[in-house]
Amino acid sequence: MAHYRLQAPLTDKDIEQLHAGDTVTLDGIIFGVRDANLIRLFDKKVDLPNDLKPQLQGAIALHTAPGVKKLEDGTYEKVSIGTTTSYRMDRFTRGLMEDFGVRVIVGKGGLLEEGSEALVDLKGCYFTILGGSAALETTQVEAIEDIWWEDLMPEAIWKFRVKNFGPLIVSIDSHGNNKYKDVKKVARKNLDEIISNL
Amino acid sequence: MAITDYVAAYKKTWEVNENFYQSVEEACKTLYIESLKDLPPDVRRALERAHEKEKLESGKEILATLIKTVSTADEEKLLICQDTGIPVYFIKVGNQVRFDGLRLEQAIRKGTERATLEHPLRSSIVNTLTRENHGTSTGNQVPVIHYEFVEGNEIEILIVPKGSGSENMSYLKMLTPAEGIEGIKKYVLECVFESGANPCPPTIVGIGLGGSADKCAALAKKAAAREVGAPNPDPDVRELEEKLYTAINKMGIGAHGLGGNTTALAVHIEAADTHMTCNPVAVNMMCWPARRMRATFKSQTKPEISY
Ligand code: SF4
Repeated sequence: MAHYRLQAPLTDKDIEQLHAGDTVTLDGIIFGVRDANLIRLFDKKVDLPNDLKPQLQGAIALHTAPGVKKLEDGTYEKVSIGTTTSYRMDRFTRGLMEDFGVRVIVGKGGLLEEGSEALVDLKGCYFTILGGSAALETTQVEAIEDIWWEDLMPEAIWKFRVKNFGPLIVSIDSHGNNKYKDVKKVARKNLDEIISNL
Repeated sequence: MAITDYVAAYKKTWEVNENFYQSVEEACKTLYIESLKDLPPDVRRALERAHEKEKLESGKEILATLIKTVSTADEEKLLICQDTGIPVYFIKVGNQVRFDGLRLEQAIRKGTERATLEHPLRSSIVNTLTRENHGTSTGNQVPVIHYEFVEGNEIEILIVPKGSGSENMSYLKMLTPAEGIEGIKKYVLECVFESGANPCPPTIVGIGLGGSADKCAALAKKAAAREVGAPNPDPDVRELEEKLYTAINKMGIGAHGLGGNTTALAVHIEAADTHMTCNPVAVNMMCWPARRMRATFKSQTKPEISY
């Protein structure tokens, strides 16, 4: 298990070398997405704003809706930026990757079968960031650089510049390894044994 | 059960004055903001203990990061978690206190809204059908308020900002009497397994037993909100708590569902009696930042803020 310090957006080589269990610290740009904006994009089929679309090529998407303070000049200051549970957005993983070129999802709790398969097919990774650790995450966000679909506040699409972002755990890699699945497999065995001894 | 003669026991009534409602509003604003930043000492200790005991290296590192999050929140005055949750209040009303319940609720709502707008905090409360966010952390029947009446001349307001990652991992099942205690154990273990990484383990597993379906669910929430290390006084219930705690942590889900022996910080059960044909069990998880804070009001004094 290795540790990598990576610069976003990631290259093919970056993704290829990562294996489940590795840890990563990130610098650069990440985009915040979640339920409401992904529902608008994929279910309601509203086009992404033109200036955002090209920026998602090779991008890292974070499952989040931050707490923010709006300043007088219309920009936003961070109050609390953390991560939400990923399974709710699982079904958008393939679309984000295939249609827009997203390569990495950062979230918590892992993806379901469908999303995990998309990662293998389209050569991407899922990084776990620790849920509930917003205090730490917030200190690693240098700036909120842009926002789209502000009317969905706080579930807008966000552009963050991060530094020393992590620790991130590569929990699903592009080779088909999945930490969550491994843990659940062992847990199922343990649980069956515990239940049979009740 | 013995019947207490409250008329004979009646002492002195505290009839609250006008200032009381303003004081509740201020206190609720403080409680909401501070509960999101300052983790109760019993939860901190439980995390430290888990960190010491964890055998899996990667699990130990995760727990160390959680502990670092808490100290970063202390130092930088930041919210521990960005999810401001559903604001849930547990009110304990002393039977010698007299007040206007509607005005009390109004003050709680006002305090919650002011915390959200003045700090500002992310409002997580939306209309369930239209999904419109009100921007105030309040809405139709939110905050959620639970009451309990006790003997005495105090009012206690406890806030539990309940994060959704753990709230979404909630369960209720009407087991049959024949399934007995074994069925209860099995069901709870399956719920914890099913929840996996989603509720941000290590969790406090809150379990409600008995009552009607609605009572059972409310008991599970009350159990999840209990302080770590305050076991149920009923020895039968306590024994079940201990057995489930051991079994859950043997499962190997671990901190954040990535393995290890720290899946639960505690298992808490609240039990009520039930119908002879019923055996209800409810599970409500509390994520690792088990946030709560309380204000205790007594006659003529400022409220006392504690955990
Ligand atoms: S489950 Fe709890 S700790 Fe995890 S993100 Fe939600 S509120 Fe925060």
